[in-house]
Amino acid sequence: MSSSDTLDVVLRLLALFAVFLVFPLLVGQAEHKVMAHMQGRLGPMYAGGFHGWAQLVADGVKFAQKEDIVPADADRRIFQLAPAVALLPYLLVLVAIPIGPGRAVGWYIDAGVFFVLAVMGVGVLGSLMGGWASANKFSLLGALRTAAQLMAYELPMLLAAASVAMAAGTVSLPGILGAFHWWWVPWQAVGGLVFFTAGLAELQRPPFDMPVADSEIIFGAYTEYTGLRFAMFLLSEYAGIVVLCALTSALFLGGWHGPFGADGLGWVWMLLKTAVLAFVVIWLRVTYPRLREDQLQKLAWTVLIPLALAQIALTGVVKVAIS
Amino acid sequence: MPEATAATDGTTAYFDGYGLVALLAVLGVLFVAVAFGAGRLLRPVVPTPEKLLTYECGVDPVGEGWAHTQVRYYVYAFLYVIFAVDSVFLFPWATVFAAPGFGAATLVEMFVFLGFLAVGLLYAWKKGVLEWT
Repeated sequence: MSSSDTLDVVLRLLALFAVFLVFPLLVGQAEHKVMAHMQGRLGPMYAGGFHGWAQLVADGVKFAQKEDIVPADADRRIFQLAPAVALLPYLLVLVAIPIGPGRAVGWYIDAGVFFVLAVMGVGVLGSLMGGWASANKFSLLGALRTAAQLMAYELPMLLAAASVAMAAGTVSLPGILGAFHWWWVPWQAVGGLVFFTAGLAELQRPPFDMPVADSEIIFGAYTEYTGLRFAMFLLSEYAGIVVLCALTSALFLGGWHGPFGADGLGWVWMLLKTAVLAFVVIWLRVTYPRLREDQLQKLAWTVLIPLALAQIALTGVVKVAIS
Repeated sequence: MPEATAATDGTTAYFDGYGLVALLAVLGVLFVAVAFGAGRLLRPVVPTPEKLLTYECGVDPVGEGWAHTQVRYYVYAFLYVIFAVDSVFLFPWATVFAAPGFGAATLVEMFVFLGFLAVGLLYAWKKGVLEWT
């Protein structure tokens, strides 16, 4: 390996890490402000001076100096490790997501879609570990709901992603984007909707936030967490939003493709689509009431999975017809 | 040199790809370790028995935290395992099904496969398994 290769790898690692640390904060700050304005409030206005831009930095400082409490009854090691298990998968997933044509991707991974879905599934284990190890009844209920949700929504997500892989004839994300044409958007629209909805449920975002329903079970699996470890769980939620929105853009909305400027400005399209989807995620939180656990399961099994299967059938027929 | 030529074939490229993933994983673990380590230095440690008590809305906790709960969705869990294992086979098939020489035959196979899944789902639905009771 020559020194320029080494430099290339180091730069890629640093870029991925910077995205991982900065983008979730941007989404978080956007959520503060967008939610506030949708509800006729101003949101944070003081920290940092200009429209409270430094609110999350201040939050971070607060979290870092809070006492770290592990309940005496808890399973200490597992309890302490859980936030890391929840957070790190989203860092790894970023590797596979292309933001532009050619080499503008963390790294070219052959089994892209497969890798991404497999690694994202690991993140939920963090909530399960935390919920069980807390030895708290609310945490346990939250963790069990998380498990139920994972099982209901992983499947439609997998099927919808398989549909895109069929359309492109490859499972690598740059490969899928290379094969993309604009008419894929209407063709794969149902799959995209299923994927995005299932992704929201996997991230436990409203309206699928039953596992952390604060009015019922305090904060679900995270009830006993404080300080830095709690902050990591929060960070993992926002990193998850970034990853989900970027993946949905790449798989179903053409990623770096746009009406013009795909050569030099592809990354702008990708970021724009991701940002719009992140806005939708925030919007949904403000708009919809929480689904009950049985409604949630019913939606997954009787609506999303049949829709995903129908999408696969449609994809198969159209693909064979045009080839 | 031999490595350079080997890099053009699939196997080496495969491990190259996951090499960066491994490096990123190491970076991530370091980040967490540094964060936890720095947190240990920065934060106060003043434990009292009350603080270390399990949270239960402010009253003393009743019984154990690892309570017996009825896992209502164990049937979903079975369904999920069956479906997920099936669906994994979609991915290798998805990459080749429209390649020259496959075409209509693989499409029919796909409908057979989807038929199995759909019938399974309908059966579970009819049996009332998809109701949360």
